[in-house]
Amino acid sequence: MNQKGIGYVSKTPNFLIEGGIGMKGEPRELKIKVNGMLYELKVKPKALLSDVLRKDLKLTGTKRGCLESTCGVCTVILDGKAVRSCSILAVQANGHEITTIEGLAKGDKLHPIQEAFINHGAIECGFCIPGRVMMAKALLDENPNPTREEIRLAMQGVLCADSGYVKQIEAVEIAAERMRGGE
Amino acid sequence: MKDFEYFAPKTVEEALSLLSQYKGEAKIIAGGQSMLVVMRQGLLAPEYVVDIKGITALDYMTYDEREGLRIGALTIHRAIEKSPIIQKHFRVLSEMERNLATIQTRNWGTIGGNLCHGDSAGDPAPVLIALDAKLKLKSLSGERIVAMEGFSKDLLEVDLEPDEMLVEIQVPTPRPHTGVAHEKLMVMQGDAGIVGAAVSITLKPKEGVCEDARIVISNAASVPMRVKEAEKRWIGKVVNDHLLAEAGDIASAEADPPSDVHASSEYRKEMLKVFVKRAAGKALERAKEG
Repeated sequence: MNQKGIGYVSKTPNFLIEGGIGMKGEPRELKIKVNGMLYELKVKPKALLSDVLRKDLKLTGTKRGCLESTCGVCTVILDGKAVRSCSILAVQANGHEITTIEGLAKGDKLHPIQEAFINHGAIECGFCIPGRVMMAKALLDENPNPTREEIRLAMQGVLCADSGYVKQIEAVEIAAERMRGGE
Repeated sequence: MKDFEYFAPKTVEEALSLLSQYKGEAKIIAGGQSMLVVMRQGLLAPEYVVDIKGITALDYMTYDEREGLRIGALTIHRAIEKSPIIQKHFRVLSEMERNLATIQTRNWGTIGGNLCHGDSAGDPAPVLIALDAKLKLKSLSGERIVAMEGFSKDLLEVDLEPDEMLVEIQVPTPRPHTGVAHEKLMVMQGDAGIVGAAVSITLKPKEGVCEDARIVISNAASVPMRVKEAEKRWIGKVVNDHLLAEAGDIASAEADPPSDVHASSEYRKEMLKVFVKRAAGKALERAKEG
């Protein structure tokens, strides 16, 4: 163990270690890339990533659901992986790259997953759909040719309160096929 | 949620010096997948939060037949599930991780965070007890190695001093002819286990009798619990259907499970019979395969 390092750090941790500006709840700097844009803002340490996305960045496509890591409607993609933005402190996303539902369409051209959901009638009230589409995107980015079982397992990370999941699973299959075709 | 002061150390030493400085008032956050829930419920309101998620040095897995498996405390669940090393040598860990939670939670939550949260419904603890794993804990004054069995002290309480942190999980290579399996009752795959059972069986190659066994049940008491009486009855015997069912009965009788919205205590006791038998049967099959 580096004794010199420890001695120095323990005397003045507030200056050496990121964070710890000396005041409880004092906003701190956050640098995140969201949908390709770099944002520099100040947020309270207790702010959840979902709240910063919705309130500070006005990206309200990401929904707030149960707030206890059950429903998954707040799902976004962080460094390529689906995560629940209500269960991550915004400060923990410092320096990371996030994609939200707003980042999928290119101008007026919807992403193949979005198109498949609409065309296949997989959307009912729509509340869970942003989270679900992000979940599907993370799956297809990692595994372009998933089995129905793999789609089912991914889709159960987002709960739908309306009805069944069959159309949603089929929509992901349709999107996967189109994306493999180069779209 | 109450306000707190936030630190994001980048090394273990920095984190330990913060813990030592704010002894008792600081709380470590790793992935926070369980911790943020209890903070929002107001059950936990730390003055200082030490975020160790950025300590990349604790994100690793190494394997060597003699040394066994070493997992850095900040390895995410999904990485353990997907690791070819783990799939090959510690299949039960990969299977356990697959059922642990939804993909999103497994993508951010860490194995160390899960163990230190000390939820008696958690899956890694019983499986690691069945595998006879050890934990490396570190503080500024040194380090100690403790058995996973005994690390959980009470509901959401573990054997960690206020200035200590878990840095590594050490899993020995199972002896030949050992089978390990984990089964849990879930409403949906990835839900918390209503009850769970992890079983390890080692057979004597020629006689086929049981030489060593570990039966661990979860969400059956305030901490993961070994069913030693049932283990004892297997030793030196050919484990048959009767003994498998008997283990379930003993586990059920010894358990003192909670009643909550997911299940009554009585139902959990009934299900322990089923799931201990099921996990034990699977472990036995695997032990026979080698």
